[in-house]
Amino acid sequence: MQIVLEKRSQASSWMNVMSPVLAIGLTVIMGGLIFAAMGKPPLTALYLYFIDPLTSWWSIEEVLVKAGPLVLIGVGLAVCFKANVWNIGAEGQLTAGALMGAMVPVLLGDWQSPWALVLMLLLGALGGAMFAFIPAWLKTRFGVNEILTSLMLVYIAQLFLDWMVRGPWKDPHGYNFPKSVAFEGWHLLPMWGDGRMHLGLVVALVIALVLYWVMRNNLKGFEVRVVGSAPRAGAFAGFSQTKMVWFCFALSGGLAGLAGLIEVAGPIGQLQPHISPNYGFTAIIVAFLGRLNPLGVVFSGLLLAISYIGGEGVQIELGISDKTTQVFQGMLLFFILMCDTLILYRVRYLSGTQANIEGETS
Amino acid sequence: MSAYEAIILTIITASTPLLLAAIGELVVERSGVLNLGIEGMMVMGAVCGFAAAHVSGSAWLGVLAAIMGGVAMSLLFGFLTQTLITNQVATGLAITLLGLGLSGLIGSDFVGLPGVKLANVSIPWLSELPYVGRLVFGQDPLVYVSIGLTVAVAYLLKYTRWGLIIRAVGQSHTSAHALGYRVIAVRYACIAFGGATSGLAGAYLSLVYTPQWIENMTAGRGWIALALVVFSTWLPGRLAAGAYLFGGVWILGLYAQAMGLGIPSQLLSSLPYVATILALVVISTNRRLSVINTPASLGQGFVPDR
Amino acid sequence: MKKLLTAAAGIALASALSMSAVAADKLKVGFIYIGPPGDHGWTYQHDQGRQAIDARLGDQVETVFVENVPEGPDAERTITRLARQGAGLIFTTSFGYMDPTLKVAAKFPDVKFEHATGYKRADNVSTYSSRFYEGRYVIGQIAAKTSKSGVAGYIGSFPIPEVVRGINAFLLGAQSVNPDFKLKVVWVNSWFDPGREADAAKVLISQGADIITQHTDSTAAVQVAEEQGVNAFGQASDMEAFAPNALLTSIIDNWSDYYIARTQAVLDGTWVSTDTFGGMDANMVNMGPFVNMPADVKAMAEATTAAITAGEFHPFSGPVYKQDGSLAAAEGEVVDLGSLLGMDWYVQGVDDKL
Repeated sequence: MQIVLEKRSQASSWMNVMSPVLAIGLTVIMGGLIFAAMGKPPLTALYLYFIDPLTSWWSIEEVLVKAGPLVLIGVGLAVCFKANVWNIGAEGQLTAGALMGAMVPVLLGDWQSPWALVLMLLLGALGGAMFAFIPAWLKTRFGVNEILTSLMLVYIAQLFLDWMVRGPWKDPHGYNFPKSVAFEGWHLLPMWGDGRMHLGLVVALVIALVLYWVMRNNLKGFEVRVVGSAPRAGAFAGFSQTKMVWFCFALSGGLAGLAGLIEVAGPIGQLQPHISPNYGFTAIIVAFLGRLNPLGVVFSGLLLAISYIGGEGVQIELGISDKTTQVFQGMLLFFILMCDTLILYRVRYLSGTQANIEGETS
Repeated sequence: MSAYEAIILTIITASTPLLLAAIGELVVERSGVLNLGIEGMMVMGAVCGFAAAHVSGSAWLGVLAAIMGGVAMSLLFGFLTQTLITNQVATGLAITLLGLGLSGLIGSDFVGLPGVKLANVSIPWLSELPYVGRLVFGQDPLVYVSIGLTVAVAYLLKYTRWGLIIRAVGQSHTSAHALGYRVIAVRYACIAFGGATSGLAGAYLSLVYTPQWIENMTAGRGWIALALVVFSTWLPGRLAAGAYLFGGVWILGLYAQAMGLGIPSQLLSSLPYVATILALVVISTNRRLSVINTPASLGQGFVPDR
Repeated sequence: MKKLLTAAAGIALASALSMSAVAADKLKVGFIYIGPPGDHGWTYQHDQGRQAIDARLGDQVETVFVENVPEGPDAERTITRLARQGAGLIFTTSFGYMDPTLKVAAKFPDVKFEHATGYKRADNVSTYSSRFYEGRYVIGQIAAKTSKSGVAGYIGSFPIPEVVRGINAFLLGAQSVNPDFKLKVVWVNSWFDPGREADAAKVLISQGADIITQHTDSTAAVQVAEEQGVNAFGQASDMEAFAPNALLTSIIDNWSDYYIARTQAVLDGTWVSTDTFGGMDANMVNMGPFVNMPADVKAMAEATTAAITAGEFHPFSGPVYKQDGSLAAAEGEVVDLGSLLGMDWYVQGVDDKL
């Protein structure tokens, strides 16, 4: 017997909806099996993972706080990947944005005004976008593979941040520990709730909705899709591949930079050597999990945030290591990719003889 | 041992895991497949190698287990990208993520245990030769494996029928298919080879470099290997040169620090990345260099028409 | 699917309820770790301390921990979670948790917090740290006595005061034996990257260092020393198993006594916010066995350890000169606590610049 894929004449809209559901279902089943194999109660573990984070107001807030940057970066990357532009250095752009935006509180500490915060947000986005222009420029000018350059730049940005907070931007009253002055007043985002919900979450949601609209109804969205799926057709239609690369890096880099600034001006409140628990890389998964659709990214960001918060609960309640969360996320991505195949292809089983014949003819 | 010998030895040790991982990926990419999961396969190789060596007490069994760990991950990649025709970039990233997590789970019982080191080769008389003895005849076995593999891959790609088939599949899978080659099978084989060498690179870390298991001990080396493949313009000789160059920049950065020159250590630590970017620019600018060997159907899935 | 989830919810709820019933009788003590407990370095020793609480006070307390918590936005959430889940005492064991600890402490006035290596306190936040540099002085003396080349290599993680203090103490110890002793420093910009630590060790050895010591958390450097036939010292925990021939001794962080004492204080209701900077006298810094060295070196090391433990000797006793030649402490004086805590200068003789 042999399994073959057959291209559907038309993408299955039924599978389009069902594929994420199926993928999550498979992940839950596999996860349960893994927990059972580890000698942990699978149902309790799954409950703690996916349901418990939604049972208290506090943890819902925390899910939102965690999802915010993932969504913000994820929607930018979704557009990027849709256009076949592979920016995987969002983590570096996040760092650059945080650094750029932090110029206001670090260098102009006394300037307290709502405009200071506005300027910080703008500088954050600008910093991320400018840093993303490096791979964009190298790609369009020299044809350098953007996957590699954007990734290498992550390490460079992080080392630069490290140097800044240990050197020039070190808090003069901080006993020489590596961190900047604590941001105060208008250099922090407005917060509410228990004190962790911040303006950045609203920003993330609004941007996701705007991008959803643009991708669906606007010519730019059409251009992204055409250039991404059929570059030659795009060229005939007069869409420039070069401009598309710049656009994608500006957008995704800017949003990553904004997310970085929001993190340091929100939950963290200062610059320090580590400002992101790999948001820039996790957002790649978020983008794919959300099927490169901005609205889908909002949901996948929330789902992943839940699994993070739940992962911590599992660690405390059942003593399951945090690696499990990573494995979970990897599996989820696998199943999503596998199930997505079903949208474009139909699975056919061939019996032994049939397979032989097919093999000979092909 | 003189200082210069010591430096070269250190550079070789730092470069070998990069070369091992990259030589496999070179073959994979020559067949038209882009596997971004090197880091994940490598870290699985490291943990499987350490675990097997620790349990059995034999470093060579560890090497074998590392290869199998890498191959297992690569076949998962192959199943998704070749059989199910998923996006290769996303699948590679998923392999990396899964590998990092899974290796942490498998390795949790092995953290902080002393490992088994793969013994150095020492040819009695030759390795005592002045200046070159230790360098040429006294390395650990995997260094010779890495060089042997590089030569073998270079020969295979250039002079053999197999090499021709791999290149044909990578250039144009439709034409290769029309000529009667089994595109998917060839690609599976190449992917598995890439998994094997990545696993071997992982074994190098956990059995030779620092004989112990530590989470994420690959520390981004898989990505460097990936960059080296592009840098090499898919030619094995240039790949080896690139790997040693990268290792050299890295070690000399540490060297400059130990000399007390007072350059910020962050700057020195970022040098290898800057060097990689610059090298990529130089390579990409020269069209003649880059285009000629670039597999034309790199990263595209293949579905035979029926 | 839905049924399954409902069933799961029921079971989990029941088990969660039974868990909290247990927790009500016992004091819950929470720990936040920066790395995995199996790093055989910093986190490993904190986890040993946690296990010591379990062993001593297991009938009255229950300990929980969260590992690999990054020093970013996640720290505050994780600490909050421990507090919300009824922990009465929480140890946050890395410098970067300082501000998150204070933020959470303000919201949970009834929970006691203990932050390692920081300098900000509150009514319910204590700080604690160890005078690791005392051990560094001892190994500096051993190094100078056993080294043939008169050069030691020091692998640093990040130039924070704690690490700089260790480098200075090491060199002061070495200079007390051999005034011309030289020290080369390599920073690897990581607490935990065995590959880089190994490379750094090799580079230092190739530049003439025949003693390697490190302020990073893995055992890689010690292994390289064993392989290349030079001597080394263990850091944070006893690393003898990794280098049976090369290791001279280890500086061991011992948190157990402190953790048990603080937990007992919460149980007794006598806990107050304090700042602890304990060394050998408080049994917070221990020396591993002195091995692989001649008897006279061992005797010297033991004598110095005893003098520091008894409070008769301070490693930063003057005269101490800074790298630029200025005087940090005159003859008969000791470098003051403020300079020690924020140390950002090298003593004379370090072959590196900050």
